Amino acid sequence: MWNWIQRFSSPKHFYSMSAPLINVFAISALLIGIYGLYLGLFVAPTDYQQGESYRIIFIHVPAAWMSLFIYMVMAISSGIGIIWQIRLADMVAAASAPIGASFAFLALVTGALWGKPMWGAYWVWDARLTSELILLFLYLGYMALQSAIDDQRSADKASGLLAIVGVVNIPIIHYSVEWWNTLHQGATVAKFDKPSMHIDMLIPLMLMALAFKLFYGALVLVRTRNEALYRDRNRRWVRELIEKL
Amino acid sequence: MAMNRRSRRKVLIFGIVFGVAVATVLGLTAFEENLLYFYSPTQVKAGEAPQQHSFRVGGLVVDGSVNRAPDSLTIEFDVTDNTETMTIEYTGILPDLFREGQGIVAMGSLQADGRFVAQEVLAKHDENYMPPEVADALKTAEDAAKLKAIESGAANGSTGNI
Repeated sequence: MWNWIQRFSSPKHFYSMSAPLINVFAISALLIGIYGLYLGLFVAPTDYQQGESYRIIFIHVPAAWMSLFIYMVMAISSGIGIIWQIRLADMVAAASAPIGASFAFLALVTGALWGKPMWGAYWVWDARLTSELILLFLYLGYMALQSAIDDQRSADKASGLLAIVGVVNIPIIHYSVEWWNTLHQGATVAKFDKPSMHIDMLIPLMLMALAFKLFYGALVLVRTRNEALYRDRNRRWVRELIEKL
Repeated sequence: MAMNRRSRRKVLIFGIVFGVAVATVLGLTAFEENLLYFYSPTQVKAGEAPQQHSFRVGGLVVDGSVNRAPDSLTIEFDVTDNTETMTIEYTGILPDLFREGQGIVAMGSLQADGRFVAQEVLAKHDENYMPPEVADALKTAEDAAKLKAIESGAANGSTGNI
């Protein structure tokens, strides 16, 4: 069993198996994304309070969800990398960080653009916005640690520990709007109750969330493959690949 | 032997995460007041809000309470948390979402005479998204239900009297 996992998770095996998946993820992300955007921007009804401005939700909310989701992927892979020393897991974590940071940044920027016309301010230091900003800093800290330490194993260990410790921020982001009086409103979809959103708005939102997930799937495959090639650049399987070119 | 090292690493990692989580909870509890983005009118009336420096008040704008000065941008309105109500004075441009019944957050300070003068008014919106027709239908249904409750209440009241 253990040998089987080790063989299955070898960078070489991953490299040869993952190639066809990239296109599957990328193309379905593109198609679902285009359809979701069309539904969201042209078909979904206007909002009773916010008029047309609310439509930025179809980017803002999926981006914010992705920033949390990718962080969990990063932290869990780092944990697997540290505990079971599976190199592929460390590669997935390192490959995910810049993608997650981009989604966190996108969520903050679209939130600012949405906040100005609706709330009257680009930025307020409420618990939800501040904790999401800390998430961005955690991503940046992970990336800084990765590139600051030359020895790859120490780099993975140090940045992995940071990622794992940073997990405490995830429930804080999610529950910030319940625990404190925040300017940011409460959860619309991610709660046990039924979503407080009209079904014609909810469907494009879910499609966009799915498209973002698939997009991440394609990106993380490409980036992990590159990471594998780079880290194993002196190993035989990469040299054989190069010789075949 | 290898298994031992692995479980030790596991224990170490869970220990660190647990420790940091406990530290975070304690820290957040200690800073509770600073994380509180706004006070409710009830908290202000109870004297929990700071008297010396500025703070934020949040609540719903009371229907029919908005008074605009005819010759300036000064506006006066009441906010409520459905328990207590307080009056806010503000000079400046209001956000698009400011309207009666809307949740707002005002940054300002209490004056010596008890008035709250705001330097900034932000609109808060809720987590509900729906088309205007649905909102209208909901409101009509709600009004009808209220009316019905009042009517049946009155009917019960009259039978009770007899």
